Amino acid sequence: MSPTVPPGPRYVLRLFVAGMTPRSRRAIENLRRICDGSLSGRVDLETIDIYQQPHLAEVHQVVAAPTLLRLEPLPVRRLIGDLSDEARVLRGLEIQPVSDPGRDER
Amino acid sequence: MTAEASIQTVLAKAPTGISGFDDVTFGGLPTGRPTLVCGGAGCGKTLFAVTFLVNGATEFGEPGVFMSFEERAEDLSANVASLGYDLDGLVADGRLAIDYVRVERSEIEETGEYDLEGLFIRLGHAVDTIGAKRVVLDTIETLFAGLSDAAILRAELRRLFGWLKDRGLTTVITGERGDGGLTRQGLEEYVSDCVILLDNRVEDQITTRRLRVVKYRGSAHGTNEYPFLIDADGISVLPVTSADLDYGTSDDIVPTGIAGLDAMLSPGGFFRGSSILISGVAGTGKTTISSYMVDAACARGERAMSFVFEESGAQICRNARSVGLDLSQHVEAGLLRFEAARPTLYGLETHLARMHRDIERFDPSLVVIDPISALRGPATELQATLLRMVDMLKSRGITAVFTSLRTDGGFDERGDLGLSSLMDAWIKLLDIEANGERSRTLYVIKARGMSHSNQVREFQMSAAGVRLVDAYVGPAGVLTGTARVVQEAREQAETLRRAQESDRRKREVVRRREAIERQLAELRASLEVAEEEEAVLLGEDESREALLATERRAITQRRSAAE
Repeated sequence: MSPTVPPGPRYVLRLFVAGMTPRSRRAIENLRRICDGSLSGRVDLETIDIYQQPHLAEVHQVVAAPTLLRLEPLPVRRLIGDLSDEARVLRGLEIQPVSDPGRDER
Repeated sequence: MTAEASIQTVLAKAPTGISGFDDVTFGGLPTGRPTLVCGGAGCGKTLFAVTFLVNGATEFGEPGVFMSFEERAEDLSANVASLGYDLDGLVADGRLAIDYVRVERSEIEETGEYDLEGLFIRLGHAVDTIGAKRVVLDTIETLFAGLSDAAILRAELRRLFGWLKDRGLTTVITGERGDGGLTRQGLEEYVSDCVILLDNRVEDQITTRRLRVVKYRGSAHGTNEYPFLIDADGISVLPVTSADLDYGTSDDIVPTGIAGLDAMLSPGGFFRGSSILISGVAGTGKTTISSYMVDAACARGERAMSFVFEESGAQICRNARSVGLDLSQHVEAGLLRFEAARPTLYGLETHLARMHRDIERFDPSLVVIDPISALRGPATELQATLLRMVDMLKSRGITAVFTSLRTDGGFDERGDLGLSSLMDAWIKLLDIEANGERSRTLYVIKARGMSHSNQVREFQMSAAGVRLVDAYVGPAGVLTGTARVVQEAREQAETLRRAQESDRRKREVVRRREAIERQLAELRASLEVAEEEEAVLLGEDESREALLATERRAITQRRSAAE
């Protein structure tokens, strides 16, 4: 029951977190679930701890933590918060929710 | 040293290097604490903040971080380049860091809980990279426009202020003025230790910038509204009120360069540091007299500064040449500077602030304001401005010459506020029109602390210079101009006539005397003749008597012989 890779663009995502706080972990988990669900196989995700690489925060205009950047496809989209509101995340990433009846609708 | 150290433990201050501002706040902004600079749009908040950082980096060895929420680094650099600030150069030197924080609501999707740790990290990173002591956040409320969760923002901003304090960073936060409060969010003013309000007011279509220190925890500060300037030289604040009249006085005498005028004043000139009003209607020679005083000052090797509101400096130089003064040589020698501006270009306060700054820099011993009556504004404000101007000049011991188109020494047509009472000396120039000509006359109305002539002088200007001529004062009244010349000629003729008459009379007397003497001589001669005749007659008588006696004796003898 392996899902076929849905046709569509590749997503380049960068998740900026500030240390391994509970909020950061929550964001990482939320993002992973979304990626595995709607974007499975189409995501190039990198998680960056801005404590470790503060200059990247400046380069990518990060103000809030956590921040998720969609670098591709253009235009760049910016999502802040712990990504717990999945509908907003999908809207922010401009991903049409997959009408998968087996999927857990949160 | 110990005293200094103890003061520093009370409240250390970080100088801003903004001239005047550090005087108002007795040293600058509170070191290691946040200061809010707030005001409406275009009132100079960002410029104030940039100046604070640039001066910190260049003058006080304190690198700074500029975190801009509104302008990109390139725009910021370009905007302040006109003031001579080389932000790019400072950034390259590692003395300044600029971080543009872009927060655009339309590009941001909020998906859950967040904090502003990204901002903290960026700021911390920039501070650590260059070892910054100063930070500017311009304008923090932009965050409220970009992010919707005000509760988080307020909490995070409180945390930010605490963080800045913990790190001992002297911070300037700028804030847009809100309705009814100093800032829109009403947050920054409570968490800041010092609040400075900038204001840009328009009255009668003229803008005046003002600055006020609203609060300053743990420090005294000037509480007034102070006018300030933004021009090619950056910001300067004018600390205005020196209410006390405690300036030193000088017994030094400054000649005016016009011999006739000096002669009217018993010490031969005005006191140094006095303020002199020259009033008169158009074309009476106010500027010429002030040009003479400028020339005399420069000839003594002193610096003179002329604020002119109706002519350009070059025009005044040219006009002065027509009375034989070469002012342009002094300009070239750097002894004389003209500051020409239309009076309507700025408000009173701005004019005053500009003068203050220019005088501070040029340090002249003579200042000419020509004409003071060109300054326009509400009468009370004019009075206050003039008073401060006079105070400012006096406290520096600068001799000031004010010219005024008003002959009665007032400010304007309506008010009766006396300009003249502020002045130590008053020269009044009057035009007298008579017999189809105009002649200039000059009075010294007052000269505090010296005796002076109360007589009118006729004031003549020609290529040979200015000459004061005693007016004709005689039984026919006071005459000037051609009338005086005519009267003088008439008097001369009269004198000549009288002299001739007197000569003639003298000659007549001499002639009469000679005639009498001649008569006397004649009479004397006749007398002599008479005396001679008398003598002859007497002799004849005597000889006849003697003969008769002889004859009688002979007869007697004969008779007696006959008997």
